[in-house]
Amino acid sequence: MMKLKILAFGISRDILGGAELTIELPDGGTVADLKTELMRRFPEFSKLKALAVAVNSEYAQPGQSLQERDEVALIPPVSGG
Amino acid sequence: MTDIQLHSIPLNAQACIDFVSGPEIGGIAVFVGTVRNQTRGKRVLRLDFEAYEPMAISEMRKIAENARSRFSIDRISMHHRVGRLEIGEIPVVIAVGAPHRGAAFEACQYAIDTLKETVPIWKKEHFEDGEVWVAAHP
Repeated sequence: MMKLKILAFGISRDILGGAELTIELPDGGTVADLKTELMRRFPEFSKLKALAVAVNSEYAQPGQSLQERDEVALIPPVSGG
Repeated sequence: MTDIQLHSIPLNAQACIDFVSGPEIGGIAVFVGTVRNQTRGKRVLRLDFEAYEPMAISEMRKIAENARSRFSIDRISMHHRVGRLEIGEIPVVIAVGAPHRGAAFEACQYAIDTLKETVPIWKKEHFEDGEVWVAAHP
């Protein structure tokens, strides 16, 4: 298993109840696996219009695999400007 | 030349204009976003802006680079505010300098439209009876 530190912003921070969370995933787990685990533990995520994931400050595709040293961030629908 | 900044203090539109000014520039287009006092008929008291700062900077930089490759522009400045903003304050300023005005207008519109789609910044609207993260839910 690997431990991933997840950063959360905007409404995803409210859903997690904090700006950071550590989640365990099997080695080789992907962005899609992370989202599945998050939806299971925090069903509120499924109510959002969308939920993107950034890995090392870049938008990630669902099939991208994650590693413990990655900086992983939850990106709910953006609303800047 | 590109100038990307996030600030927790009031933005200075003139600083963006100054950055994109120069002897080769024939026109400057500027977009200034301002905090409006209502949304869908509901009174807004204030906004809070939050950013994933390193990624917000890198996504704004990508927009600037794309604007430069798609339009004939020389200089672009994009400043965004974070923190609490009152009605009338300025969350965003984008200034584009180009030899001709058409490219400046087009690039400025492209930059603000894309910023609203891709840059990881979030705003929370505060109402008299509650608060909501904008665009979070369908």
